Amino acid sequence: MTHSGPAAYSPLVIDHVKNPRNIGEMDRPDGVGRVGNPVCGDVMELYIRVKDRIITDASFKTFGCGAAIATSSMVTEMVKGKTVDEALEISNKAVAEALGGLPPVKMHCSVLAEEALKKAVENYYERRGEKPPFGTAVKEHHH
Amino acid sequence: MKLVYLDNAATTPVDPRVKGAMLPYLEDHFGNPSSVHSAGQAVRHAVEEARGSVAALIGGRADEIYFTSGGTEADNWALKGTAWAKSDKGNHIITTSVEHHAVIEACHYLSKHGFEITLLPVDRYGMVDPEDVSKAVTPKTILISVMHANNEIGTIQPVAEIGKIARERGVLFHVDAVQTAGHLPVNVNSLNADMLSVSGHKLYGPKGTGALYIRKGTRIDSLLSGGSQERGKRPGTENVPGIVGFGKAADIARTEMAAETERLYLLRDRLSSELLDRIPDSQLNGHPAVRLPNNVNISFSYVEGESLVLNLDFEGICASTGSACSSSSLEPSHVLLACGKIAEEAHGSLRFSLGKFTRDSDIDAVIEALPRIVKKLRAMSPLAPRAAAR
Ligand code: FES
Repeated sequence: MTHSGPAAYSPLVIDHVKNPRNIGEMDRPDGVGRVGNPVCGDVMELYIRVKDRIITDASFKTFGCGAAIATSSMVTEMVKGKTVDEALEISNKAVAEALGGLPPVKMHCSVLAEEALKKAVENYYERRGEKPPFGTAVKEHHH
Repeated sequence: MKLVYLDNAATTPVDPRVKGAMLPYLEDHFGNPSSVHSAGQAVRHAVEEARGSVAALIGGRADEIYFTSGGTEADNWALKGTAWAKSDKGNHIITTSVEHHAVIEACHYLSKHGFEITLLPVDRYGMVDPEDVSKAVTPKTILISVMHANNEIGTIQPVAEIGKIARERGVLFHVDAVQTAGHLPVNVNSLNADMLSVSGHKLYGPKGTGALYIRKGTRIDSLLSGGSQERGKRPGTENVPGIVGFGKAADIARTEMAAETERLYLLRDRLSSELLDRIPDSQLNGHPAVRLPNNVNISFSYVEGESLVLNLDFEGICASTGSACSSSSLEPSHVLLACGKIAEEAHGSLRFSLGKFTRDSDIDAVIEALPRIVKKLRAMSPLAPRAAAR
């Protein structure tokens, strides 16, 4: 049987749905980002732990489709070891590419991952009473 | 891994006896039924026999059966064909908010061409009130179209009553019986149906086959222009192997339906009661009693349908989030929304549709796997209260 999924997912997407990495709420995180809109079916929460501006750990909780789970799982893998400012550079396209691509109709799910990450970093800055670097303002996610 | 196939409402496997009946028409009997030579005429005979079989399944006459490419074409034909043929009489069509996309989208198309569409609401079980139908009829109403049973939630509509109203008010009545023909008794006369859609691949026949029953004397325009096949109403060379298979499937369904339905009721009720028992915050969708013998549709709070389907698939279990045709759309099911569900609940619904190859062991597999899967997904759902995720 081919586990291609309802929307023809890549094997790597399927792998992340099957074994999502870094799931769960983080105890006393340094930054939290929550995005999504229950009306379109997806809510994503991303947690980061930061030491000396470097993201040492990340985890997530997601209510959503296979692509939403896979992109949140993948983005938590991608940010580890990056500085907070480097993390802001991670685009939804990069997340989708790292997963071996997403069906066109599911590209917006990767936007959710990018936005959750940006919000988590913003939240990190906020908690420190600092201003996040220019251009990180997050637009709300709509289908 | 053994495949547990519980998506028979999307499509059924072809019955081996159906395949056997079709094979000669893929090999030796390849003639065109429109040809006058003997190779053609042998095939013509088989097509007419299949027509009789489909007619017998729904209580119509053979000369009232028109073969189509499937349920979607039959629905489109009934709606658009009637609309164009009767536009001099009126421009109002009544249907419901829980119809299949083939009906809803055909109405959408007609509304762009000057037709008025009334989409009747349903109650929380997805059922239409015949009273509402009666109230919606105006002097301009030319057609009422109501499905026999809903493909997503399984609710069976009071079509006989609605047919009576249509007849009394002198309005044509179309029934989309794609989910019921071959599974429940369907009779065009007791339903007062002027038109009725049937599909072959929902009753163990091949895909790409279907039929529209059109009561003698009903005026309806053709969708296609071409030759004089199907008594001039539906041109195009007949899909002979498909039609033969469809006919065979109709014969088998007619003789085996009663026993099969009894068997399915038991499996269906065990599946739904065990799942509702074992999984907290779960809710049966559709009517608790007046529902298809093979349909179980349940909403699981805090988890999303596609991830449920994927996780079941990892264990070899095929289910669906609603109607298969809409699984690549991001919208929550229009049927569940019409039943008053909020978007979040509608997103977390799962449909199991049983079939004649479903065994007790298939039900066991779901009962074993699904509680685990829901727990796993709730553990990573930001919407689940902590207690529910445990
Ligand atoms: S459908 Fe995947 S996040 Fe919207």
